[in-house]
Amino acid sequence: MKTGWRQALSKFVRDRAALIGSVIILGLILCAIFAPYLAPFPDDVYEFHTSNRLRAPDGVHYFGTDRMGSDVLSRILFGARITIMIAVIAISITVAIGVPIGLIAGYYGKWPSDALMRVSDIFLAIPQVVLAIAIAQTLGPSIENVILALSATYWPFWARLVYAETRSVKNEIFIESAIALGAPPWRVMLLHVLPNIASAIIVRTSIGMGNTILTAAILGFLGLGAPPPAPEWGRMIAESREFLPEAWWYATAPGLAIFLVVMGFNLLGDGLRDILDPRIRRAASREE
Amino acid sequence: MAELLAVRDLTLGFHTDAGLARVLDGVNLTIDRGQVMGLVGESGCGKTTLARAVLGVLPRHVTDISGGSIRFKGRDLLALAPDVLSREVCGRAITFIPQDPYGSFNPVFTVGTQIMEIMKWKSPRREAIGWQAGMPALLQTYPAERRRADRDAVLKLLDAVQLPQPEQILRKYPHELSGGQRQRLMIAMALLPEPDLVIADEPTTALDVTIQAQILGLIRRLATERGVAVLFTTHDLGTAYEICDAVTVMYAGQDVESAPTDVFFTRCVHPYTDRLLASLPRPDGKVAGIPGEVPSLVTPPPGCRFHPRCDSAAADCRAARPPETASGAGHRVRCFHPRVRAAA
Amino acid sequence: MNAILQVRDLQRHFPIRGAFNRQLGWIRALDGVSFDLIQGEILGLVGESGCGKSTLGKTIMGIHRPDAGAIHFEGINIAGLEPRAHRSVRRHLQYAYQDPGASLDPRWKIGRSLHEPLIIHTNLSTAEREVRVREILRAVGLPEGHLDLYPHEISGGQQRRVGLARILTLQPRVVILDEPTSGLDVSVQATVLTLFRELRAAFNLTYMLISHDLAVVRMMCQRVAVMYLGKIVEIGPTADIFERPRHPYTQSLLAAIPQIGGKRITRDFWLKGEPPDPGKLPSGCRFRTRCPRAEALCAETEPELRLIGAQHAACHFAELDSLRSA
Repeated sequence: MKTGWRQALSKFVRDRAALIGSVIILGLILCAIFAPYLAPFPDDVYEFHTSNRLRAPDGVHYFGTDRMGSDVLSRILFGARITIMIAVIAISITVAIGVPIGLIAGYYGKWPSDALMRVSDIFLAIPQVVLAIAIAQTLGPSIENVILALSATYWPFWARLVYAETRSVKNEIFIESAIALGAPPWRVMLLHVLPNIASAIIVRTSIGMGNTILTAAILGFLGLGAPPPAPEWGRMIAESREFLPEAWWYATAPGLAIFLVVMGFNLLGDGLRDILDPRIRRAASREE
Repeated sequence: MAELLAVRDLTLGFHTDAGLARVLDGVNLTIDRGQVMGLVGESGCGKTTLARAVLGVLPRHVTDISGGSIRFKGRDLLALAPDVLSREVCGRAITFIPQDPYGSFNPVFTVGTQIMEIMKWKSPRREAIGWQAGMPALLQTYPAERRRADRDAVLKLLDAVQLPQPEQILRKYPHELSGGQRQRLMIAMALLPEPDLVIADEPTTALDVTIQAQILGLIRRLATERGVAVLFTTHDLGTAYEICDAVTVMYAGQDVESAPTDVFFTRCVHPYTDRLLASLPRPDGKVAGIPGEVPSLVTPPPGCRFHPRCDSAAADCRAARPPETASGAGHRVRCFHPRVRAAA
Repeated sequence: MNAILQVRDLQRHFPIRGAFNRQLGWIRALDGVSFDLIQGEILGLVGESGCGKSTLGKTIMGIHRPDAGAIHFEGINIAGLEPRAHRSVRRHLQYAYQDPGASLDPRWKIGRSLHEPLIIHTNLSTAEREVRVREILRAVGLPEGHLDLYPHEISGGQQRRVGLARILTLQPRVVILDEPTSGLDVSVQATVLTLFRELRAAFNLTYMLISHDLAVVRMMCQRVAVMYLGKIVEIGPTADIFERPRHPYTQSLLAAIPQIGGKRITRDFWLKGEPPDPGKLPSGCRFRTRCPRAEALCAETEPELRLIGAQHAACHFAELDSLRSA
């Protein structure tokens, strides 16, 4: 029998949706890394050529130019860097806060869990976007504040998930026997519980990335993100509003980019869920 | 003729991720009218699959029946049209007592509602033909007169299975009853359609030993009173000894020996049966397991599937599956090298 | 005759909660249990579901905290100890689950699972731990190559051996075996019981064998305790209990076991009804609602364990001969 994860990988490759998702994300990462080489007009990020403004897509500017005359495609490619940076850092902080809180609440139960879960309930009661807007607005527009706003509003989802998973794993016999053997709580939580709930966290994180990017774009659209001339996708859509519907390419390009990336993460997350969850459960029992 | 159920050469497999699991391999089983037949074997031997095959409830898209027949009252169940099968056989002529009585009840309906629902469709008083039978299920009615007669029959049977205050029981929900009470209900529900054959799949495995003794006695008594045949699967040889007229042993999807109960426990001749009986716990402590492990059903050993663990195995055991040979009255064995016993 | 474990008057109650978390009553899972475990013996603990035998095992192990009573192990009262203090005592008192294989973390290699108890409890170096682990692996009859495998890569029987090996790395003195053969095929059961016997001889262990299977208990144990609804109703040497049971419940339990080759028991089985609701125990003797011998005295006073012949039985009328022959 092939070992667990090799079998999982082959199943993953056969799942078309997951494959498409991974390809998109890979593409995003490559765009971000190699933006200076891929972009036809790399200097357009900061330079502007007003004579060239608002040109329709043609052989030179594949997605036309924006109001400053910069090549839209190049700005999109550089915008990928901002997007990834925001998403990765925000999610990392989110996970770093949410997972330990959920773990402790789920493991100990009773009053620590009640306290922690009530705190997360407070955060969950307010729509994430609204709360993020409020935080970012108060602190002022910048990438750092966007990241802060995103993490502060998003961690409760992970706390909840980890709390539920921890509580169910805690009833497994191997956890009870580890405790009976005398393992101290920190050991049980970190070495036994966490690896067994990791798959759920991974799936949630992948889907969460998509949501984070969307929310970051919303904040950018509202002017709360990086100040101009940073080629942030949400901000580009905001800028394009006054030129619609004639300069359709100006909004379509960043919109398409956001759509593709969020879709990519969702597909990837779905694919991961399909292979990670049943695979791990089934690997634990032998075939008859 | 006395034969009620005759399974001949039944071969079927399940499609799994790892390949085709050959769960039953040329299985023969015979049950006479009114006979209580025990089907014993360890895990993976296929007894539950065989019971399900007779009942016709194997998952269709993963099951691959590659040969054999299941003749019930002269008709091959495998060749019957599905609607005839579900109308006349399943739940009517052949009924089922499951291992886990709790999971078989719908938790949101009272027990009474569920029993009367069964009676609506499976009561012996229901007409199988006539203008109603062809209509879609939603439009079929439950005439009040028949309903009264059915309800009386239900209460009488609940009394027969020793459930106190049957009227009250009918008003309860499944979770309000104990395991023993639920199993008695399942027995009653299996007998209400007045079947010819009841398949009891490990009905007492989940019960305490004192309740088990009560339930076994009940099954035996009711079966004898009503002349109902029982196919009783179990991995506990003691329960088979208690209530069965005859016992059939299976190993890894093959039937290996079948004999009347007394003969089975004193004069068995198949090496597997012999080792099985020798591994039962004894007060003197002299007990021996069987070395080796149950084979994988995806890549089973050729010929007789017990030969890798058998101390009497020879080359012919690997070459072909032994045919059925008679070893006495009603005593059939499939082995090339059975144990030799002095005549009793 | 040295008592390695002494349990005195152990009580463990579970609250019954109704709507709105109101407390409706108590389930007295353990209602004053007392017995001694003699060094080197195998003591059987039998009873049907709800009798409290599993709760007793888990309470002795510290998985549940007792509400009253004492558990003396190696001279220390371990009942109600804080988990941290309990941990050092736990080395010598171990608990084997019904399926020891399930006690292994499915994501850990077997070698790592075997090292873990030693990492937690001792200061041995990695090399020293490795020596001990290999020794134990050999003792349970498994090849050393298994150390690099995951639990799902070996068979169920081998997983069971690994689970036992893990317990043995700590060199326990007492092992509580909780339903070790439940759900096992008969031939596998025989192998497992033989393994237990070998390990006991090799490691000088004392067992407490909790099981509902009387045939297994009869074969393995020197002494047997019978539990019913939270109390021990009879305790004594195996041979005496099985041949001359004194308590009516024990008699009914033995009468319910099929005897291959003997008379069919189901025809004349006399115990009717089911155990009463554990939250509403009858007054006096808790078995009186099903007992054919019950009289007025049984409803008034609860009988205590007293010496009759070679065993102790908790029945006012234990001297009477058994009603039905087993």
